[in-house]
Amino acid sequence: MTGQTLWFISRATGTVSLILFTTIVVLGMVIAGRRAPHGDSATIVMGLHRWLSLGSLAFLALHIVTAIADGYVSVGWLSTILPFTSVYRTFWVGLGTLAVDILLAVVVTSYLRHRMPERSWKAIHWLSYAMWPFALIHGFAMGTASEPLLRWLTVLCGAAGAAAVAWRLRTTHADRERRALVNFQEWS
Amino acid sequence: MPSTDREVGVRIAVDRVLCTGHGVCARTLPGRIRLDEWGYPIVEAVAVDPVDADLAVKLCPARALYLR
Repeated sequence: MTGQTLWFISRATGTVSLILFTTIVVLGMVIAGRRAPHGDSATIVMGLHRWLSLGSLAFLALHIVTAIADGYVSVGWLSTILPFTSVYRTFWVGLGTLAVDILLAVVVTSYLRHRMPERSWKAIHWLSYAMWPFALIHGFAMGTASEPLLRWLTVLCGAAGAAAVAWRLRTTHADRERRALVNFQEWS
Repeated sequence: MPSTDREVGVRIAVDRVLCTGHGVCARTLPGRIRLDEWGYPIVEAVAVDPVDADLAVKLCPARALYLR
């Protein structure tokens, strides 16, 4: 395969990964901020959130492998896990590496969720709020800024994710409110 | 002893403290779990097919469903 083919694959899989991550974030916000007490959709959303997260790993792996194997720029295998070690555009590649590290932590802890304290799982899961913008900025700065279509796609992803987060912050749910209220109660 | 307990399968239960009423289990285990008027599960038959139970336990967003 020529170097250019790899570069195109890397760019394409990176774009797909970003779209998938945005979708997963939106689905996560829907789960966390649910309004309907009898949601049939809750099950579909839950399943999609899990299986898309797993599926995104395939695209992400291909994105990373092709980017490094391309060899046109010097990224290096170390920077798949260790941030800010890439010779090429150290900071922007580093943001992508950070996103990968967080994603791996979130996926692994989600598979071990039944074997670890719920609070630890939740704390690590909350890191997704950092992972998604890291991936977004990494994509915008590195791959898409030169291409109008991809640039707008990235902006659209950002807008969709931000809207979902904003919606989630504004939602209320009887169960969550009740638990918050109980936390403020005096235990005599 | 009810007849459902003698069926082949695993036994499921709900952790009432962890449950936040997403209502997912009523869809993953139809006929076994239904929801009350506030969206919390009522376990109608504790004996469940192991494969179904496994998926239902995995898909519970609050980790409140478990095997006994």
